[in-house]
Amino acid sequence: MNDRPAGALDEGPATPGAAEAVGTSDPGPAATAVVGSGGGRRRKGGRGRGERGEQPMVPPAEFTSYYGRPVVKAAPWEHDIPAYLFLGGVAAGSSLLSAGADLTGRPALRRTGRFGALVGLALSMIALVRDLGRPERFHHMLRVAKPTSPMSVGTWMLTLYGPLAALAAAGELRPFLPPRLRDGRLGRVLGGGARPAGLTAAVVAPAIASYTAVLLSNTAAPTWHAAHRHLPFVFVGSASAASGGLGMMATPVSEAGPARRLALGGAVLELAVEHRMEAAMGITAEPLHAGHAGMLMRASKALTAAGVVGTALVGSRSRAGALASGAALLAGSACLRFGVFEAGQASARDPKYTVVPQRERLERGGPTRSA
Amino acid sequence: MSERGTTSWYGPLDPAPDAGWTEAPPRKGFFTDTSICIGCKACEVACKEWNAVPEDGLLMLGSSYDNTGALGASTWRHVAFIEQPKALGPQEAGFAGTAAGPPGSDVLNRTADSALTGDRTALGTDSSRLEVGPAGLGAVDLGMPSMTLPGSVDGAQRTDFRWLMASDVCKHCTHAGCLDVCPTGALFRTEFGTVVVQDDICNGCGYCVPACPFGVIDRRAGEKGVTKNAGIAQKCTLCYDRLGDGLQPACAKACPTTSIQFGDLDELRERAEKRVEQMHAQGIPSARLYGEDPCDGVGGVGAFFLLLDEPEVYGLPPDPVVTTRDLPAMWKKAALAAATMLAGAVAVFVGGGS
Ligand code: SF4
Repeated sequence: MNDRPAGALDEGPATPGAAEAVGTSDPGPAATAVVGSGGGRRRKGGRGRGERGEQPMVPPAEFTSYYGRPVVKAAPWEHDIPAYLFLGGVAAGSSLLSAGADLTGRPALRRTGRFGALVGLALSMIALVRDLGRPERFHHMLRVAKPTSPMSVGTWMLTLYGPLAALAAAGELRPFLPPRLRDGRLGRVLGGGARPAGLTAAVVAPAIASYTAVLLSNTAAPTWHAAHRHLPFVFVGSASAASGGLGMMATPVSEAGPARRLALGGAVLELAVEHRMEAAMGITAEPLHAGHAGMLMRASKALTAAGVVGTALVGSRSRAGALASGAALLAGSACLRFGVFEAGQASARDPKYTVVPQRERLERGGPTRSA
Repeated sequence: MSERGTTSWYGPLDPAPDAGWTEAPPRKGFFTDTSICIGCKACEVACKEWNAVPEDGLLMLGSSYDNTGALGASTWRHVAFIEQPKALGPQEAGFAGTAAGPPGSDVLNRTADSALTGDRTALGTDSSRLEVGPAGLGAVDLGMPSMTLPGSVDGAQRTDFRWLMASDVCKHCTHAGCLDVCPTGALFRTEFGTVVVQDDICNGCGYCVPACPFGVIDRRAGEKGVTKNAGIAQKCTLCYDRLGDGLQPACAKACPTTSIQFGDLDELRERAEKRVEQMHAQGIPSARLYGEDPCDGVGGVGAFFLLLDEPEVYGLPPDPVVTTRDLPAMWKKAALAAATMLAGAVAVFVGGGS
């Protein structure tokens, strides 16, 4: 019955009375014997000291909060959402690979791509619906179309993309149909429709991979929002790496050249832009290094880098090498999505990341004004 | 950024006509004058009663007289309570020269804090897991008879002291992040310029929750059929039903000190300006308005405040900006990234090789 949000209260500060320590340089709980506590000052990093292995990236500064409680709320989303980000990316990249394979005569890669897209899409839709507070009302998303809502835009793109990806995948089943069906109307639709459907899906697919970055950034969660200039590139890189990895794993080495190149290009783009993104984010980059999110981000970088090296060295020579490198790239992409997700949630739970950047903005140029 | 100038995604405007209402009444809102709030929480109770908002936990947070904690799906008014070692204008706390007592608030804070971080049961914190260590309850000085003044600490003197109280609520932003990102149209702009959730439309996607720059709206936890509107985003409606009948919202009606004032926003803004001038003249220079400026990052709010300290002291963001301000830039980057991916995919096939 207690429906205080997960983000509002149960992630309170680790130091008791974190909201006090008026003007002292030692925020330790025992040293804060000031009358009252609300609205006092505490140091940046007062919470993360040591416990989370957080390295102070900026000189300690002071900020004020209401008993250390969050200013903005973390999303009520569970792991379905980062899973969706990952699976949607795999589906999008797979659609691109299958379309290219279709046009350049690589049937095995085409098949992998089409099935990869369909499975990725189906699982991501399940994740999306499961995450709703009222799953039975998921179709209410189709009442309106709003450019101000990335979730609405995404829903409509998936509504367009889904049937196309499904038709393209169904085309792969045609050879397995009994002869009567294969040569009947159904078979003809599948045979004739698969290519145009697959190609159209491939045109929509990149938008599916990149809009998910806007989905996260168009919020008040400090880390997600501050990443908004770079995150779409990180996400399309991650999607390319993952889908390339899948293509490498499920396609004979001789046909998987484009998958390897997509994986390499995507992984390098992801690693490079992610680095620049963090440099541009100031204090809101901290949650990407702290705690669970930091672990995931480090794992992502290691796995992706290993995948790159593996792909370049052995990806085109041995099947085992391709399998291992592809798996590392997929895992790296998944870790990235979960890491970015959790960092944003953590940034919402700590008032520091809301208050300090806004204070700095105020001190630099006064309050934000539109006119 | 000026390229957005003509869109209604950002900047000062009257929200109801902008949303398509043709004969909208004057915009309605709250002016919450926190300087006369006595922290009685009548507003919290009236809101719950009128709107049939379910229980929001029976925790004693211990950090202050605020046991409500924060706004949420089942907390539409929240009275913040702040204790500060500061003087309230020319008022005299009467503590001059008296000995300072032990920092009892440390113990309380520690208890509250572990309550907030402990594993929670359905009704709140699992108290068996509270971490009240040796520095906690065990070490409380009960002020038993001794040679010194009861509770005095090293001859320390008491500091200045004041209480701040403020009844927080949904701001009913001119540019409401929650409404902008809602993918079902469940959140809508009323003819009064307020922002309201339609319970029968919301599917609980939860997007509005991180989109609100004030941390107001939340998805109600609980089981469908057991808890009212479980799984649905919930927040203050500015008593949409009462407004329709020409009544004022329940909280404003119940407020015994007129700290919560309801009315036409234009008129409330004038009244608030005068009140601030008056307080400055009375020697309280810290009085300031929060959210009244139509040119601020959210286009001004419908429920604005008179505060006596910085906004973050009350748990409010010091310089809120609606996330949608940056959305055009985000869409551009996303389009560019998508184009990059498409071009990359073409290149890996055209590039030759196996
Ligand atoms: S304060 Fe939050 S919930 Fe209220 S209108 Fe603004 S964005 Fe929406």
